[in-house]
Parts: sequence; C-alpha cells; structure tokens
Amino acid sequence: MRRHLLSTQDLAYDDALLVLDTAAELARVADRPVRKLPTLRGRTVVNLFFEDSTRTRISFEAAAKRLSADVINFSAKGSSVSKGESLKDTALTLEAMGADAVVVRHQASGAPHRLAHSGWIRGAVVNAGDGTHEHPTQALLDAYTLRHHLAGGRGDLAGRRVTVVGDVLHSRVARSNVHLLHTLGAEVVLVAPPTLLPLGVEGWPCETSYDLDAVLPKTDAVMMLRVQRERMSTAGGGYFPSAREYSRRYGLDAARLAALPEHALVMHPGPMNRGLEISAEAADSPRSTIVEQVANGVSVRMAVLYLLLGGSEPAIGTDDTSGGAA
Amino acid sequence: MTSASAAAPPPPERPVLEPDEISRALTRIAHQVAERNKGTDGLVLLGVPSRGVPLARRLAERLEQVEGTPVPAGSLDITLHRDDLRLRPARALERTEIPPGGVDGRTVVLVDDVLFSGRTVRAALDALADVGRPRAVQLAVLVDRGHRELPIRADYVGKNLPTSLREEVRVLLEELDGEDRVLIRQGAAGAGA
Repeated sequence: MRRHLLSTQDLAYDDALLVLDTAAELARVADRPVRKLPTLRGRTVVNLFFEDSTRTRISFEAAAKRLSADVINFSAKGSSVSKGESLKDTALTLEAMGADAVVVRHQASGAPHRLAHSGWIRGAVVNAGDGTHEHPTQALLDAYTLRHHLAGGRGDLAGRRVTVVGDVLHSRVARSNVHLLHTLGAEVVLVAPPTLLPLGVEGWPCETSYDLDAVLPKTDAVMMLRVQRERMSTAGGGYFPSAREYSRRYGLDAARLAALPEHALVMHPGPMNRGLEISAEAADSPRSTIVEQVANGVSVRMAVLYLLLGGSEPAIGTDDTSGGAA
Repeated sequence: MTSASAAAPPPPERPVLEPDEISRALTRIAHQVAERNKGTDGLVLLGVPSRGVPLARRLAERLEQVEGTPVPAGSLDITLHRDDLRLRPARALERTEIPPGGVDGRTVVLVDDVLFSGRTVRAALDALADVGRPRAVQLAVLVDRGHRELPIRADYVGKNLPTSLREEVRVLLEELDGEDRVLIRQGAAGAGA
C-alpha cells in the first residue's frame, strides 16, 4: 500500500478525480468567515525544502494551517544540511520529531522517492518538486484550474487540448502535467525547440511540435513554462542562440494571443519572465489564470494533505481503491 | 454499513416505517417547526449528508405548502469535523451548500435521518459555527434510536425507536435509494451514525 504522493504517474483516474473533487469542496472554505478546519489537529507537517521555493512552501504551509496541522519549515540553507548532513540523517531527525507528513523539495530527481521507500520515516511523503522529475501538486492545481474553466468544475478533461510550451527538458511541471492530463483524458502537445525536448519524449503520452503557431488555433489552454535565463548562453548549456530568438519563436505575445480560440486559457506556473516566454499583455489578459492558479494551489494541497493524513489510511495512492463511500 | 458475522446469513430486515408513515411524520414535523417558530421567517434548513439532505428539502417543501413562503434549504457536510476521522480511512467529502443569505442571525434547523450517539450532531454544530452565527439551532430527525453518548436531544422526532446496540437501523429514501422505508435488523454491533 502506498501512502505518498511522489508522481502523477501514481495517480489512477479515480484518485485524480477524488483529489480534484475534494479540492473543490475545500476551496469553499476560503469563502467562509472562519477559514480553518479542525481536521488535522495534532498532526505535524514538515516542509523540507532543500531548494528555494517561496511560493510552493507558502502554499503548502497555508494548506496545512487551514487544516489545523502544526507546520515546521525546514530549509536546507543555514541548517545542518549546509554543514554536510545527509538526507538520511535529516530524515531520522524528522522521524524523531514525529512528523506525520514530509513535504519535500529537492534538487535531485528521486529524493522524495528515496525518502518514502528507505524506511527512514513512517510519515507520508509529498513531492513538492524534485530535480527535473516531477511536481505533482502543481500538475493537480493546473488540472483543477483547467477543469474549472473548461469542464464546469466536474468530471474529467476528455477531449480538451492543452499545449505546454518551453523548456520541457528541465521542467518537472511539464512531466507531471503530461501524465496527469493524459490520465484525465486530455490531449497534450509539447512545443519546444528541439534542444529543449528530453530524450525519450516519444514514449510519453503526448504529441510534440517545434511550431507554436501551427498548434495555437487548436488549443484550449496554453501553458507557458519558465525559461531559466542562465541556460541561454553557451556557458549555461547553449540550448538556444539568444533570448530574442527564443522569444520570437516560442514566446506568447499579442499576436499569438489573438491566434488562440476565444475560450482558450493562458497558464503559467510562475515565476514569470515577462517579455521572454510571456508578454505582459498575455500575462495580464482576462484569459490568464496565473493568479487564480496560486489560490487553487492551496485548495489542491489541502485536498492532498487531507486525503493522505485525514484518516487511519490514506484515500489516495493506494493500489486497490475501496471507493469513497461514507 | 458493517458486515454481518462471518458464517451465518444476515438476519432479515424488518420494516419499522412504511412510505406513508414517513410522509406523515415529515408533515407533522413541518407543522411543529412552523408552530414553534411562529412561522418560517428567518428559518434555514440544513440537511446532514447524505440522507439528511433530501429530508431537509422535503421539509422545506412542506413548510412552503403550510406557510406559503419558500424556506431556504441546504446541506452541511460534517466529515472534516468528525471525531472519529483517525479511526477510519480518509473519506471523500460530501457537499456543503449554504443557501444564499447564510445563517447569520437565523434559526437553523439541522436535519438528519437517524439520531444515535449524538456525535454527528456535535460535529454539525462545530461545522455550523465555522459557517456563521445562527440565532438558534434546532434539530429534526426522522428516527431517534437512543443510545446517546453526548448530551444532545432532538427538537423534532419522526419516530422514537427503542433499539438495542446490536440492531442496525437503515433509512431508505426515494431520492437516493429508489424507495421510502426504514428498516431494522438484528445484527452486528456498533453500526450506523
């Protein structure tokens, strides 16, 4: 039996829908006078961040606190990790402190998996982004946002077309999204320069293209990925000749915005490079869901924490789902 | 519901309320609610999922027939406020639907199918406090089967049904089960709400 959320590939169709439905109910808590539920009272959630990510950490922290869990933030910077402590010793420390869940962000792909399966800790492990591997809660909040706008907030995303544009090679967001959106029935097209598509992408459940303009008119949502500026020069890997060229071929500007169908959404996991992968017009246009994605992130993370910690056994991630009957 | 003991076939269920009796009980409760609150002004009915919700809707319809003005009805999920969350696997959430206008300053009638230990009602009171501050809260149940574990009693009861802890009470409603009926069965202990 699994009790972790490490990858969207672990999420079966029913599990994914359960998370989204639960998030939809929990989102309504934000509208109430008291934005707090007693559900995880007495449980401890540790945010273990080996890599800086203020927005993801704050989002998990807000989610855990709205469910009344105690939150410990553990950042590798300035901790004994920077003095050379291993992942194992950190894990043993957390176990001794009685962590019921560890939300882990790590620069190495597979670190959350190691933490979950090593036997070092008994708590649930939630992957908050590992290396170039996965970022499952980001994909879940993207799916939640897509479902809200394109499917009336219920059911799956069958028949919807989502275009993911940019640095797929280094993007855990793209990876997680491809698998989750596929599970939910959507068609995904990855658009990137050939140098920024990973080896083996042919095996992923999606299409690929080098030509953004050809794809845009048939897309229900376009998801722009952040370009890391340090990767642009030859010293940084030389994945493309210049920022200007990248922006011209793969950036979402006013002309491309106009080429999208009327109802299409503009998404970005943040933080944005305005003027590089996305123009200010596109980022601030009414069809942009960028700010909304942040709010949805809290609801989705509440749902994940509730489903993993809220009962004697987790409701997601198990191999034989016994159904959600109350 | 809990499974019956391993070898023997489950004992037969015996009906304790037939469709017309359920209907009469709801009509009576509707009259009692109107009587006690001197009409339906400022009333909000909130059903506890799952079977309290259709019951609250039916009560609202009857109150509208009696008093001539619509009465808002909604639902209040208590899952996240239960005190036995950690004893069972995490479960899917039900819907909470507070009618427009909220509950502040109004009289909320909580509606559930069976009143048993009282723990569901306790959780509902907590959940309600997070939604707003009602002027007063009343409780209506179709069946009171006794065995309270908390100092809670219902204001309106469709039928008082003295049961043993070994018995199981099952409420079936047209909206969810295709028929109206309340059944009782000798069997496994500790079942139900």
